[in-house]
Amino acid sequence: MALLIARTCGMEQFLEVPVLPGWARLGAGLLPASLLESVVARIAKSTLRRHPGLLDRLDSYAATTVLIDPTDLPFGFYLTPSCDVPVTVLRRPLCRDHAASIAGPFAALVAMLHGRLDGDALFFSRDIAIEGDTSAILALRNALDDAEIDLAREFAALFGPMSAFAEIPIRAVVPLVERFTGAVLSRREI
Amino acid sequence: MSNHPRLELVCPAGTPAGLRAAIDAGADAVYCGFRDETNARNFPGLNFSRAELEECVAYAHARETKVLVAINTFPHAGNAGPWHRAVDDSASLGADAVILADIGLLSYTAERHPRLRRHLSVQAAAANADAIGFYVREFDVRRVVLPRVLSVQEIAAINAEVECETEAFVFGGLCVMAEGRCSLSSYVTGKSPNLNGVCSPPSHVVYRKEGDELLSLLGDFTIHRLGAGVAEPYPTVCKGCFDAGDFHGHVFESPASLDASALIPQLAAAGVAALKVEGRQRSRAYVSSAVRSLRCAIDNYAAGLPIAARALSRLSEGQASTQGAYRKTWR
Amino acid sequence: MPDRTAKASTAGNRAALTLGPLLFNWPVEKWKDFYARVADEAPVDVVCLGEVVCSKRLAFYVDVIYEAAERLRAAGKTVVLSTLALITLPRERKECAELVRSAEFDIELNDLTALSYLEKTRPFRVGPFVNVYNEGTLQFLARRGAVSVCFPPELSLGAVEALSRAAASMGIEAEVWSFGRIPLAIAGRCYHARVEGLTKDSCQFVCARDSDGLDVKTLDGNPFLAINGVQTLSHTYCNLAADLDRLREAGVASFRLSPHSGDMAAVAQAFRDRLDGRIAKDEAWAKISGASGATAFSNGFLFGKSGVEMVR
Repeated sequence: MALLIARTCGMEQFLEVPVLPGWARLGAGLLPASLLESVVARIAKSTLRRHPGLLDRLDSYAATTVLIDPTDLPFGFYLTPSCDVPVTVLRRPLCRDHAASIAGPFAALVAMLHGRLDGDALFFSRDIAIEGDTSAILALRNALDDAEIDLAREFAALFGPMSAFAEIPIRAVVPLVERFTGAVLSRREI
Repeated sequence: MSNHPRLELVCPAGTPAGLRAAIDAGADAVYCGFRDETNARNFPGLNFSRAELEECVAYAHARETKVLVAINTFPHAGNAGPWHRAVDDSASLGADAVILADIGLLSYTAERHPRLRRHLSVQAAAANADAIGFYVREFDVRRVVLPRVLSVQEIAAINAEVECETEAFVFGGLCVMAEGRCSLSSYVTGKSPNLNGVCSPPSHVVYRKEGDELLSLLGDFTIHRLGAGVAEPYPTVCKGCFDAGDFHGHVFESPASLDASALIPQLAAAGVAALKVEGRQRSRAYVSSAVRSLRCAIDNYAAGLPIAARALSRLSEGQASTQGAYRKTWR
Repeated sequence: MPDRTAKASTAGNRAALTLGPLLFNWPVEKWKDFYARVADEAPVDVVCLGEVVCSKRLAFYVDVIYEAAERLRAAGKTVVLSTLALITLPRERKECAELVRSAEFDIELNDLTALSYLEKTRPFRVGPFVNVYNEGTLQFLARRGAVSVCFPPELSLGAVEALSRAAASMGIEAEVWSFGRIPLAIAGRCYHARVEGLTKDSCQFVCARDSDGLDVKTLDGNPFLAINGVQTLSHTYCNLAADLDRLREAGVASFRLSPHSGDMAAVAQAFRDRLDGRIAKDEAWAKISGASGATAFSNGFLFGKSGVEMVR
């Protein structure tokens, strides 16, 4: 008789919530907020241009400021997609000048962005917390989820016509950084 | 190989990316809605434009997957236009079926688009063979999505009597109330599942910290008050924590999602044709995981193997799952 | 087409009052006394009898229904038999079929299941548990023989107006939920049993303890809902006594009062007097407040707001 073994229909591919190691937090803490802002705002702006569906889905919520609060980093990111400078970065203590906020470990937030973790599941488990205008958070989550963002590719895209070349070293480095930090920094559909 | 019937796996798609994720994970059919009040998951940032639906139908059909369009809210008095257009456009964009709840809209669809396959939404709450018979006779409904108030035995009895397919929920959020018959949300927020396609709309939800406790409020009412580390549910009235007489707690239902994957053999034996995953409002990460897991369970069952389903509890509300009304003791 | 001559006694310009079916589980003696008083004292035109919420309760008073119906009829009321709102069990289907086939009284459907049993020529009424939200649905029901429709309580005034006009053109009488705790949901599960640690099948009829439902409060002590077996109602009592003029202008032909343990004859009298212009809004309001025993009223649905609100 043939030995039939059922495939286990489980969730192996479903990640635990990763935590940034201490050195990565310390390292990130050394970055000047202005430098971070200039890079992140550029990525955001280019991403919004490359994915026109994002603004379309956000609709009126594109003008809403949402604080993305990675609780294990010394910074907060204020995102207003329709703004000319779509991201402002502030060092803690963070100001309350926003309509809504989503807070959680950096790695959880980027894993969500890359479609590796489910936002509702992170909410149920209280790994992330939301405050303020819940609609704005939902609109942002849904729009980003549909855009299938890949931060590594978006970073490479900053190099314009050279992006294809830029992507090669980025793709080589990203898995290393991912391995050491536990954070999912690029999109790999499971 | 066994002769087990092949169950169709019907999966949620809140966005085009979610639709592709569901299909790539093994869905036999996906269901989705237009970006307006015509469908019961009318949340910000969700759903499909006409152009997106057209592209997605092509993507799905190229992979032998069906696309079902949910137009399962109730047309407004004096303004049925958006609902009629949703039906007309579903037909012209090549949808394989529309999922409807309102008898006026069923009547319109049967008259104008007799060849467009009609499924009866769970929002119609057709909970017995005679009610189903009515929809089959009057509107030639080909499949009925069964309300989540029925036990497996009752489903078997229904299937023995009706002349259409039935579809049962297997995984995802769980309505405790008969769907389409609930105005708890509109009582508190003015926005109703039947008319606006939203339950506990995010616009009326506030999360507030009070000391160590996290409060969730819907409109003016406190729905939960949670200590640190306790799993957080959706702020729907039916999963809320209240006082009733001497009872203190979840008066209606504990926050838990339906997971009936272990009941796949029983549901198949009860004559169910399709299994449905709830969750158009969820991310593509959820869709991928849930669909992949259920695809595997269904394939194992079809091959005569043990299902070996692992609980998908991480994805579940309150991090817990239940088999709901499928087990009679739930009542 | 069904014979429309069998239509209600309420035709013409005078607004009618309908006493909806009792939603709660009252002891049979109290039940009998209540309908005896309605027959003798309550100025309502139509009285609905029957079990809408839980089929298990019917056994308690099935023997006295026809007696009460005859007495109400003798008192000049139009008697209507109402069906269950959520029909799942074979026994419930059988009972519903028997109910709608008994030709003696008008029938009110609270679940479309009943249409399967109804002869195509038989006129019928539609209760507030059937989802009638638009003209298309109204048209379907009219063709099938509906003579009156009580709209779902969550409809706004605009929707009520559009539907009432359409209904009038189809020969259907438009009715609006006007007084009483608002039915908000129905389920397969019994909450009365659940909060007592019981199940629906072994419920010991604990719902009989609460003649207007069991109050549900939020954790901060805010009165919120009321449970009634498998049904969930609002804590507030809907009260449209101050809105009757605009509802009449909107084409509403009949106003539904839902029975509670307060003085329903007095509540009905206040509605009647207000409709006939004998008393002012404030007086009607004061009388209803005093007679009903309710602590909070609402009419928010009518104004497109949350149902719990009271718009003055």
